[in-house]
Amino acid sequence: MAEVLVLVDHTDGQVKKNTAELLTLARALGVPSAVFIGSSVEAARPRLAQFGAAKVYVVDNPDVTGAVAAPLAEALAAVAEQASPAAILLPTGGVNKEAGARLAVKTGGGLITDATNVQPGDGGVATTQSAFASNYTVESLVTKSPAIVTVKANAAAPAAAQAGATVVPVEVTVSEVAKAAKITGTEAKAKSGRPELTEAQIVVSGGRGTSGDFSPVEAFADTLGAAVGASRAAVDAGWYPHSNQVGQTGKQVSPQLYVACGISGAIQHRAGMQTSKTIVAINKDEEAPIFELVDFGVVGDLFTVLPQANDAVQAAKS
Amino acid sequence: MNIVVCVKYVPDAQADRTFNEDNTTDRSNVDGLLSELDEYAVEAALKLVEGSEDEVTVLTVGPDGAADAIKKALQMGAHKGVHVLDDAIHGSDAPATSLVLAEAVKKASGGTPELVLMGLASTDGTMSVVPAMLSERLGLPQVTQLSTLEVADGVVKGRRDSDTASDSFEAPLPAVVSVTDQINEPRYPSFKGIMAAKKKPVETWSLADLGVDAGQVGLDNAATKVTSFTARPPREQGEIVTDEGDGGTKLAEFLAKAKLI
Ligand SMILES: Cc1cc2nc3c(=O)[nH]c(=O)nc-3n(C[C@H](O)[C@H](O)[C@H](O)COP(=O)(O)OP(=O)(O)OC[C@H]3O[C@@H](n4cnc5c(N)ncnc54)[C@H](O)[C@@H]3O)c2cc1C
Ligand SMILES: Cc1cc2nc3c(=O)[nH]c(=O)nc-3n(C[C@H](O)[C@H](O)[C@H](O)COP(=O)(O)OP(=O)(O)OC[C@H]3O[C@@H](n4cnc5c(N)ncnc54)[C@H](O)[C@@H]3O)c2cc1C
Repeated sequence: MAEVLVLVDHTDGQVKKNTAELLTLARALGVPSAVFIGSSVEAARPRLAQFGAAKVYVVDNPDVTGAVAAPLAEALAAVAEQASPAAILLPTGGVNKEAGARLAVKTGGGLITDATNVQPGDGGVATTQSAFASNYTVESLVTKSPAIVTVKANAAAPAAAQAGATVVPVEVTVSEVAKAAKITGTEAKAKSGRPELTEAQIVVSGGRGTSGDFSPVEAFADTLGAAVGASRAAVDAGWYPHSNQVGQTGKQVSPQLYVACGISGAIQHRAGMQTSKTIVAINKDEEAPIFELVDFGVVGDLFTVLPQANDAVQAAKS
Repeated sequence: MNIVVCVKYVPDAQADRTFNEDNTTDRSNVDGLLSELDEYAVEAALKLVEGSEDEVTVLTVGPDGAADAIKKALQMGAHKGVHVLDDAIHGSDAPATSLVLAEAVKKASGGTPELVLMGLASTDGTMSVVPAMLSERLGLPQVTQLSTLEVADGVVKGRRDSDTASDSFEAPLPAVVSVTDQINEPRYPSFKGIMAAKKKPVETWSLADLGVDAGQVGLDNAATKVTSFTARPPREQGEIVTDEGDGGTKLAEFLAKAKLI
């Protein structure tokens, strides 16, 4: 069986959950091998072995990081040349889509982005994606190999399957043109202490209706252990960081529960949240389009409804 | 510095977007327009050439209607347009689209462009990959998804935000750059702009004009194929209550009943 490469998402060797998901999906397509960028592979190996990586290709080269697309693509191309994989799976996010894009041009393989499922198909790798603001579910087939697929978080439940995770170092010489675009400074963002938006089970979002006061939204989120999201109107007004924006040009989320507070429900906002399992909205305007989507809606002022809901949930929990 | 801006003609997101029988995007029965996210790239280009003799060329690959996307960009203030139009392009995947764009960029700039500007993502395919592919094909540095942009002394600089950090990027020109919707406020075409656009030159090129073989593009040669599409069943509207002093309590009751707390 052919190899299937999985790009490891990690911080200093701490492997993220999405990598376990991708390794799980990869096992249905062939023999999974991990591709590890960086110098801390020993810390990562146990987890990669646990989820079935037969080999771990390691690119430990200061010119290659997870933050710049062109060198990353050259590194992946070097590994692909050695492994001749049937498929290459990358977690959606960061520069991975763009590295996948460059890799598709380099290898002649087909590219699918933001897949929610990957499986063997008739004549190639089959994928599932959303289209047109998630109004459609699309099934696709990658007909030219290698299939290069970026996969969204929560596409599979990680299932353990012990394997060897044999380390295979790969030498990569990054071209001058790939090194030409570089990072000259990095400013880390403050951590909120809340769950990550795309991974959270519950998301509470605020829109223009908050008038800039997100405190009731945050309080409710903290009671529920939720991530905080925002509409573009709230982000554009400078009330909340862009990294919390939900929608077409923000994050696409699919939590168990999405609570929209003072958000009208424009198509571009829906594009980021309408696949949520349960949707709840609070809005002053009974005609707001968000109510078309909800499992439960309250027509009312979020500044009175949210604090009351917060107290009631806290009481129910204690 | 002469700039080529790549813009896409897309079905209007406000309309009922759907697919054709061959599983390609329906681009004829749904009103189309210049992808809103490409307006930011046009605006960024116009700002860079302001007060100079430099020119902005808008380039699109798309069906007949894509001429509208060029027109809108010319009305905003771009100087000339190029429309790559060829029936063989129908159903092209992203790699093929980038191949056509690469040849068109070269022809439009007489060899190597100084700066290619693009949008964050199209509003139909939404892949955010064509700029990276174009950079790969042209052998030029890629500086993408910028929320600030500065070009001086042959160097392009800008900020790219990720979930965990803001990175300052820079690269020597020529380069392929894409910008986000955080970068500026695109202008509306003025009456003067609308009138002036009518006299601006637009060239239409075929694949043969670009030396691209039809066997490299189109639905039959795509490396990925849509095999089926299914409309998501509409969500059933649940209970809506009007707050009469107990809206929050009712919300909490719903969450408890749904076992969400
Ligand atoms: C290319 C493009 C991309 C876009 N991408 C995104 C995106 O990624 N994400 C996104 O969100 N938008 C996006 N938009 C913008 C989108 O079209 C809407 O403009 C935006 O979602 C509106 O945000 P909002 O619902 O907070 O504001 P509004 O539409 O102004 O709605 C505010 C709502 O709050 C209610 N309200 C007011 N006061 C209260 C109160 N005290 N209590 C309760 N309710 C109250 C009002 O009744 C109203 O329904 C995009 C637009 C374009 C063109
Ligand atoms: C619902 C849907 C799903 C698709 N799925 C896939 C898929 O899985 N794999 C695949 O390979 N293709 C796919 N395609 C086809 C792909 O969208 C087109 O080939 C498209 O031309 C390039 O991708 P994009 O629209 O996502 O562009 P993006 O990469 O999102 O566009 C970024 C920027 O590139 C420039 N640009 C993009 N297209 C053009 C153009 N035609 N003319 C000028 N400039 C342009 C613009 O500046 C734009 O802002 C899909 C299309 C649709 C509508």
